[in-house]
Amino acid sequence: MTTTSPPQPGDLSLPARPGWPDATGHFGVFGGRFVPEALIAALDELTEAYEAMRVDPVFLEEFARLQRDYTGRPSPLTEVPRFAEHAGGARILLKREDLNHTGSHKINNVLGQALLTKRIGKTRVIAETGAGQHGVATATAAALMGLSCTVYMGEEDTRRQALNVARMRLLGAEVIPVTTGSRTLKDAINEAFRDWVTNVETTNYVFGTVAGPHPFPAMVRDFQRVIGDEARVQVLEREGRLPDAVLACVGGGSNAIGIFTAFIADEGVRLLGLEAGGDGVDSGRHAATITGGTPGVLHGARSFLLQDENGQTIESHSISAGLDYPGVGPEHSYLHDIGRAEYRPITDAEAMEAFALLCRTEGIIPAIESAHALAGAMKLGRELGPDALLLVNLSGRGDKDVETASAWFGLGENGAPTDEDDRAVEAGRGADPGPGMDTDQQPTEGAVSNDRVVAGQDAGETA
Amino acid sequence: MSRLAQRIAAAKAEGRAALIAYLPVGYPDVDASIAAMVAAVEAGADVIEIGVPYSDPGMDGPVIQEAVEVAVRAGVGLRDVFRAVEAVAAAGAVPVVMTYWNPIERYGVERFATDLAAAGGAGLITPDLIPDEAGAWIAAAERADLDRVFLVAPSSTDVRLRSTTAASRGFVYVASTMGVTGARASVSDAARVLVARTREARPDIALCVGLGVSNGAQAAELAAFADGVIVGSAYVRELLEGRGADGVRALTADLAAGVRRAGVPA
Repeated sequence: MTTTSPPQPGDLSLPARPGWPDATGHFGVFGGRFVPEALIAALDELTEAYEAMRVDPVFLEEFARLQRDYTGRPSPLTEVPRFAEHAGGARILLKREDLNHTGSHKINNVLGQALLTKRIGKTRVIAETGAGQHGVATATAAALMGLSCTVYMGEEDTRRQALNVARMRLLGAEVIPVTTGSRTLKDAINEAFRDWVTNVETTNYVFGTVAGPHPFPAMVRDFQRVIGDEARVQVLEREGRLPDAVLACVGGGSNAIGIFTAFIADEGVRLLGLEAGGDGVDSGRHAATITGGTPGVLHGARSFLLQDENGQTIESHSISAGLDYPGVGPEHSYLHDIGRAEYRPITDAEAMEAFALLCRTEGIIPAIESAHALAGAMKLGRELGPDALLLVNLSGRGDKDVETASAWFGLGENGAPTDEDDRAVEAGRGADPGPGMDTDQQPTEGAVSNDRVVAGQDAGETA
Repeated sequence: MSRLAQRIAAAKAEGRAALIAYLPVGYPDVDASIAAMVAAVEAGADVIEIGVPYSDPGMDGPVIQEAVEVAVRAGVGLRDVFRAVEAVAAAGAVPVVMTYWNPIERYGVERFATDLAAAGGAGLITPDLIPDEAGAWIAAAERADLDRVFLVAPSSTDVRLRSTTAASRGFVYVASTMGVTGARASVSDAARVLVARTREARPDIALCVGLGVSNGAQAAELAAFADGVIVGSAYVRELLEGRGADGVRALTADLAAGVRRAGVPA
């Protein structure tokens, strides 16, 4: 790409796609379609309609208009020098997907799939959601386009992310708490597939990430690649050079694929995906699928997953509901396989340290998901040193995470200590700042007007 | 030579449809599930569809999910499944294994085919493996002389009916309705249409209808036009509600009488 002007958001079909997947949705040995025959006709219909739509000027214009006028694209690039002081002095640029309407990158994909739903004449959409961001985005697009909307959400997640449940209901969506299995995202996906196979004549499944059966991984990538297409031009314009590395958090992996895709051909640019390390990969309580998993089949595609010796899916663990998923999109497994991208785990504690640091040094509250990418940047920056230029996808904002963060850091209501804080203090943990509560940040720390509020990482366990 | 095809043909020679009973291994525990399978054989089931427990059974409704979740939590695996296969074969029915794909991929496709054949299993029913993705399985099944039962659905196009039936051996699983497993008030209308379409795509293979069948009357309706009738959730419900092997026997008797009333128009 030699252009120096920002790409028009509608240029979805114009940038070269990577040479994968193949015509039947395979990324090397990964991907494909491992679904009941009953869904094949619907997947074929989607594939055909999408391939026609993605080069249709009427669609491209409509999609571009929505991205500009409704989402607020292009999203800006923000340099964060005070944060970068903690990253070995490397320069860090954030791609601000948190500023999108609905608060994350999820809207990029959902607008495309909602337009596709109308194009194939269906009137109802269903979606799965973990943190609730994809559910909120789907409910938003459904409201905008007059579609009826049902969102499946693990019962456990409806508790962790009550604010997003309320948002979805305000937007007119029906939210169904899923009580089977581990009651989290993977079970919500199972329920959504069961709904789809039953109601496929009227219903389209708006899948939230680059996983699932073909065509979802390729289609969601195409809708999300606007992140990297914009960012690549923005970095070149601003710096006259490409970044040394592009970093993003990886749960299912849509924001990462979204920012990676434009840089795939730039061999000098390292692509780094940060997985949810939970309590640490060695603890067994994590969601680091590529780092700690093995290849297998889950939710319609072959990819890395967390499984036991019988091939049963293992429950994942992460402080971030949006990364708390035992699978990963097949293109990530492929990029790992061919060595084009690297994947590293970030523990809950490391992510929360980066979370707090960005809040206090830059005045930006990130989603806990995105904080994994920030923590990865702190580590990589220290490895690469002061000349490095890092591009980090800030995939979402942290409003939804305020409660989780408060529990983690022991910040009670209005900064007053809670019972939990008292217990933490009694347990002897209260005296030291926990991960992320950086003692160098005194000026802003004054907002929390007591000195015994930091419970550290164990606070999240009892929340 | 396909043992499933032989058994279904033998039923046909008696002027009836074959009865295929699904039961998952490991509910309420491995021994009790095997006892329930043997009870079904003794009461007249021709084929036992032996279910492999799986953590993410995307095509199953609440009844089967509930039972299978217990088995998954208990760590039931393919070794237990092979024990069930041996017991069913010894009791005189044809054992066919029903499994989502990942447990087999994890075990190793070649190794699984070898061990299944050694245990006396006839083959596999694969609800989430379509022939397009089944190259390795079909090759392994060929080598071990095992049947591969793929599914067709009301939404299958004629092109897919042809390719799916062409890849099948033993019988073709005709999913009567769009949806997940579980009892339904009515199953026969869509099933009749799909059986006719499938038969046109491939006349020389047995067509067995499943999804939603729960009693002898429904079995009789289906037996009028299908070569076999598959019953799953109704069996599992017998176990979930605590009626055990006796419940399985009584249900089988009702269904076995149903498949012998073939020819009664719906």
